[in-house]
Amino acid sequence: MSAKARILDKLRHSLAGTETLPDDFDETLVTEPWRYPPEQRLARLRELMEAVRTEIHLTSQTQWPDLLAALLAEKQLTRLLIAPETDHGRQLTAHWSTRSDASLSTLSLSLSPQGRGDRIDGPVLSPLSLEGRGAGGEGETAAGSGTDSTQEHSPSDLPALHAYDRPVEEWKHELFHDTPASLTGTVGAIAATGSLILCPDRHEPRLMSLVPPVHFALLRASTIHDNLYEAQRALNWRAGMPTNALLISGPSKTADIEQVLAYGAHGPKDLVVLILEDA
Amino acid sequence: MSQPARIPLRDEFNSRAHDALGDAQLRRNFRGAMDSLMEKRAAAFSDADERERLRTLGNHIRARALSRLPDLLEQLESNLTANGIQVHWAETTEQANRIVLDIAERRQARQVIKGKSMVSEEMDMNHVLADHGIECLESDMGEYIIQLDHEKPSHIIMPAIHKNADQVARLFERELGEPYTRDVNQLIQTGRRILRQKFFDADIGVSGVNFAVAETGTLVLVENEGNGRMSTTVPKVHIAVTGIEKVVAHLRDVVPLLSLLTRSALGQPITTYINMISRPRQAGERDGPEEVHLVLLDNGRSQAFADSELRQTLNCIRCGACMNHCPVYTRVGGHTYGEVYPGPIGAIITPHLVGLDKVPDHPSASSLCGACGEVCPVRIPIPSLLRRLREENVSRPDPGHAVMRGQGSKYSALESTVWTLWRTLYTRPLLYRLFRFFATRLRALTPSRLGPWTEHRGAPKPAARSLHELARKHLEQSR
Ligand code: SF4
Repeated sequence: MSAKARILDKLRHSLAGTETLPDDFDETLVTEPWRYPPEQRLARLRELMEAVRTEIHLTSQTQWPDLLAALLAEKQLTRLLIAPETDHGRQLTAHWSTRSDASLSTLSLSLSPQGRGDRIDGPVLSPLSLEGRGAGGEGETAAGSGTDSTQEHSPSDLPALHAYDRPVEEWKHELFHDTPASLTGTVGAIAATGSLILCPDRHEPRLMSLVPPVHFALLRASTIHDNLYEAQRALNWRAGMPTNALLISGPSKTADIEQVLAYGAHGPKDLVVLILEDA
Repeated sequence: MSQPARIPLRDEFNSRAHDALGDAQLRRNFRGAMDSLMEKRAAAFSDADERERLRTLGNHIRARALSRLPDLLEQLESNLTANGIQVHWAETTEQANRIVLDIAERRQARQVIKGKSMVSEEMDMNHVLADHGIECLESDMGEYIIQLDHEKPSHIIMPAIHKNADQVARLFERELGEPYTRDVNQLIQTGRRILRQKFFDADIGVSGVNFAVAETGTLVLVENEGNGRMSTTVPKVHIAVTGIEKVVAHLRDVVPLLSLLTRSALGQPITTYINMISRPRQAGERDGPEEVHLVLLDNGRSQAFADSELRQTLNCIRCGACMNHCPVYTRVGGHTYGEVYPGPIGAIITPHLVGLDKVPDHPSASSLCGACGEVCPVRIPIPSLLRRLREENVSRPDPGHAVMRGQGSKYSALESTVWTLWRTLYTRPLLYRLFRFFATRLRALTPSRLGPWTEHRGAPKPAARSLHELARKHLEQSR
């Protein structure tokens, strides 16, 4: 008899003569305390995410590429990993090529009131967060970076866009050592817990939101759900789960030493969410 | 009598407890951490009514899943298999390790990186793999720290909570040659740097599972650090190991359980990452593991399952709240228990994993104050289970009907005879009056040493006359 058969046998024997307990799942318990009027959804999400040191910016479907450029400049990030086959990847690539002669300094000046004013926790993070190099030996230290110039779209004054367009095995070293930032989309968010929902796929792989020290995420305001229960239903996950579905609620963190909260444990040290209010 | 009498130590638990109680640093570390965890939990459940109704729902979801456990396990297996995830079953930790070793050998793996997994601690996987020449490294910061110091976790959520920053700094200095710093951020960045390379190099990633969803064939992993995501995404092979009780029927069941788990454990509305894995890398996908395996481990769980009262042990979602609120755990710390699961949950689960005779003192290491049962998010009646285990400890099993492995190890013929006598006396009025008469008249003969009872107290002595006698006399006089 196999281990499986023996285990199941024992369990069935123990249940002999008993009834299955009724399913009395009360959905009001996981929905009602966690409902928000539409105009408060965004505020709730923002409050919770900022409380765990997420940077949030409000922008629009047309303006986010400029805002992103300004933020990259402000954070001195010179390379950005993108998913070229996604809508936002295409939009950004097109924008980069039309803006190749724009002056970044003007750009960041014109956008900075929105860019910086949105932060709540005063001192601009730790030195770690503003650089991809530093203590971690990650990001731009680029030891032996094998950058393939055909992958790059880099007008002289904008950060280089790097496309995740091959299996990770072919460029793992570069991903781990020479990729300071990434941009991904999201399939929605959850106001109740302050979480982004990501479903990485063929075009936008899983490691994009995990390995680079700075993760930029685009969120359409219209896709913010009240709570996880309603999000699961809206995304129809019961009928079939994506290969990998993620809830991300802030940058990576740990409190394993003396209960002291430290950010940037293994995943991104900074999470920057660009919320598109008109979409 | 100048020397205070030392507590005579009967077994390992007591001697470890004695040492821990004398370690002021350890007690400060635990007290501080547990106080803060208790506060955070309380703040996270600000609405007591919501909390209690959610706990009831959590209890019902777990109990319902257990009431059809074999069917759910089969459903889980068939959906996972349809999704391309390979399912393995193991009755013992040896079998589970064999499964992991076979995969490692087939893949010619040399390095394994582990996300946090208590079941892999049960299996002692790190050492078993090391014996076969495979490096198995912990990547959860707390687990990494204690592995570096060759220790076991002292808490199921905060494995290194017994150490303070100074102790971690000295450990990193000694083992890694890092310059001493008490700055927690820098210490974490050191861990990050070293472990990033390990994620990069590892052939296999191992993780636990928080909830296995039968209806969709999904493994749900809950974490803050991202090491779980790294372990399950970067290496070419992902092996998840979990106990057979972790299955839930529906995806929606995860919603209240998640909320209960993260709020009870850390006072967080949610953890940074909820990682839901349903398939290995699909054609055209550019990352993710090529193979995903799930190892379902019994290791004594089916024994707990067999008894409808003890079965409730398997409701546990491993939040650690019972430990954080336990006055005994807070004082003696996790290592005193000497097992994988310390504190109240350890006291009720460990006897099934290793045999009650191996841990006969665990059910007694409780004041039965009831705090654990009050905070348990899935309403496990821990205090009643502790009393039940105390009973199993002292009662000899009926031949062929043992409730659990190693029961009756504290059985004493003398003690049992004394209680039988006691019961007889107190249920027969005539015998009782006779006994009372002699007990009061012969009170000078009562022994003054009564084993452990008199180590710290005087022996009880009957009064010269019983209350009955005094009362009767009083009534006669006043008549
Ligand atoms: S027994 Fe209850 S309180 Fe203790 S770890 Fe398990 S779920 Fe949490």
